[in-house]
Amino acid sequence: MTAAVTSLQRVLTALDHREPDRVPFFLLATLHGARELDLSVREYFDRPEHVVEGQLRLRAKYRHDCLSGFFYGPMDVEAWGGEVVFAEDGPPNSGSPFLKDAETIRILEVPKVRESRCLRKVLDALKMLKDKASGQAPILGVVISPFSLPVMQMGFESYLELLFNQPELFDHLMRLNEEFCVEWANAQLEAGATAICYFDPVSSPSIVPKALYLKTGNVIAKRTVARIKGPVAIHLASGRCLPILDCIAQSGMIAVGVSAAEDLGIVKAACDRKLAVMGNLNGIEMRRWTPLNAEAKVKEAITKAGPGGGFILTDNHGEIPPQVSEEILMAVSEAVHRWGRYPLDWMEGYGPE
Amino acid sequence: MGFSVLKPEAQGAKFNEALLAMDRLSLQALVAQARNTLSPGDVIELLVVPALERLGKGWEEGTIALSQIFMGGRLCEELVDQLLPKASPQRKTQPKMAIAVLEDYHLLGKRIVYSTLRAGGYEILDFGRIEADNLVRRTIDEGIQVLLISTLMLHSALRVRVVRDGLARGAQPVKILAGGAPFRFDDQLWREVGADATSRTAVGAIPIIHRWTGGAL
Repeated sequence: MTAAVTSLQRVLTALDHREPDRVPFFLLATLHGARELDLSVREYFDRPEHVVEGQLRLRAKYRHDCLSGFFYGPMDVEAWGGEVVFAEDGPPNSGSPFLKDAETIRILEVPKVRESRCLRKVLDALKMLKDKASGQAPILGVVISPFSLPVMQMGFESYLELLFNQPELFDHLMRLNEEFCVEWANAQLEAGATAICYFDPVSSPSIVPKALYLKTGNVIAKRTVARIKGPVAIHLASGRCLPILDCIAQSGMIAVGVSAAEDLGIVKAACDRKLAVMGNLNGIEMRRWTPLNAEAKVKEAITKAGPGGGFILTDNHGEIPPQVSEEILMAVSEAVHRWGRYPLDWMEGYGPE
Repeated sequence: MGFSVLKPEAQGAKFNEALLAMDRLSLQALVAQARNTLSPGDVIELLVVPALERLGKGWEEGTIALSQIFMGGRLCEELVDQLLPKASPQRKTQPKMAIAVLEDYHLLGKRIVYSTLRAGGYEILDFGRIEADNLVRRTIDEGIQVLLISTLMLHSALRVRVVRDGLARGAQPVKILAGGAPFRFDDQLWREVGADATSRTAVGAIPIIHRWTGGAL
């Protein structure tokens, strides 16, 4: 009797562009963990034990293939002194930017990861997850890229002004953010993360033109990823990736998150086995899906990106809104367990309605 | 040589090129040249708005980035402010409009729409970042007829329903135009929250407002 394939083996095989036993499936439903524990969002993220328990329950319930140490995006800026605004029906959001004047970048100091109360909670959660996972499932760590962090540090409008009009200050901020990002990513890997998800929405061609990305986000990613001591996947958080896939592959990433605004099959083909693809279920629209919709969407994604491996089914943003019902999350899970089994023989003659 | 002699499409292509290059001096020169033969209102209608429409189309097609839309909108707003100062009688002050970001600190989308409408010659109040209840109160108190709401997060987008229900208690009808990422990723959401319309681009707001005023603007 052969041993069952673990989630970690499944994911590693897929990332190696081979077909495992079934399509790996990441259910990044962070806030549903709070609901599992019947806690408010603030209470849930106040203690690493809560997040660990939430992650374990979600993985057991929906039979998906990862655990995540991700708490909320603004944590990366909370460590710098930024404000976090909690809501009961959505993810914690960044508050008023703490860099009110670009000139203060000159006196900005990089926070020490291990001295930050909020970041230590994540590191503690990762250590606990590593113990609980026993090597069965990959554990995701998350960083906001140096190039995208200023949206929360100084506000998007001020950041674009900096990017276009003050190159010297922009470069200085990037160097500071790179130091933070590298230390933060490596601390997560050391604590137990298997891989790092590098959230970099500003690098998307949806946000900056490719020519500018090549001079900024891409160069910064190359410098940063080279110093991160583990595998790194990039996520553009619903932004398009197709026009810059070749540059992403050259920046050292192993996988890319795909927007629901793009055709998963076209992106997969363009990756040409240089990058695995993750995506691209529409988490916003998912609120209105029926279980039948969910099954059809999962089949469509598998049809487009499943053959040959190199594919992880997940949502397109890296976070499923809490308004998505458990019934739909369960329908997604059941669909991938039913239709994601390799070989994908059922695909012959299949065409989405 | 006047604008009409140069062929509007050639002038428009030059304007668009300068806009994408963020070349403020060339844009000012092109507007000055157009002013030799056109009124300020015609410069806006024939040169500026079509350029913004081209940017919006490019954004929809994935060939233009948000940063280009933002910088382009800002430059056009500056040009139009020079053509039509704020107190100019040619500014479109009716219907009375306001724009706000609902319960969120992501202000860029609102700034883009604000600049785009002002570049189109419209005057619009900026309520900034605001909670739903305050937005209802200010909208009623200031006699706003068209309210543009920008959101980034889904839970903020769902709060448009609270604004809609609150405004229903006011004496004057208010049209709501809702926009932002959640409305782009779910094309039914605007109906669900009680908005009167949505637009996938900033410049797309102009024909909607035009339609609501019966083409009077």
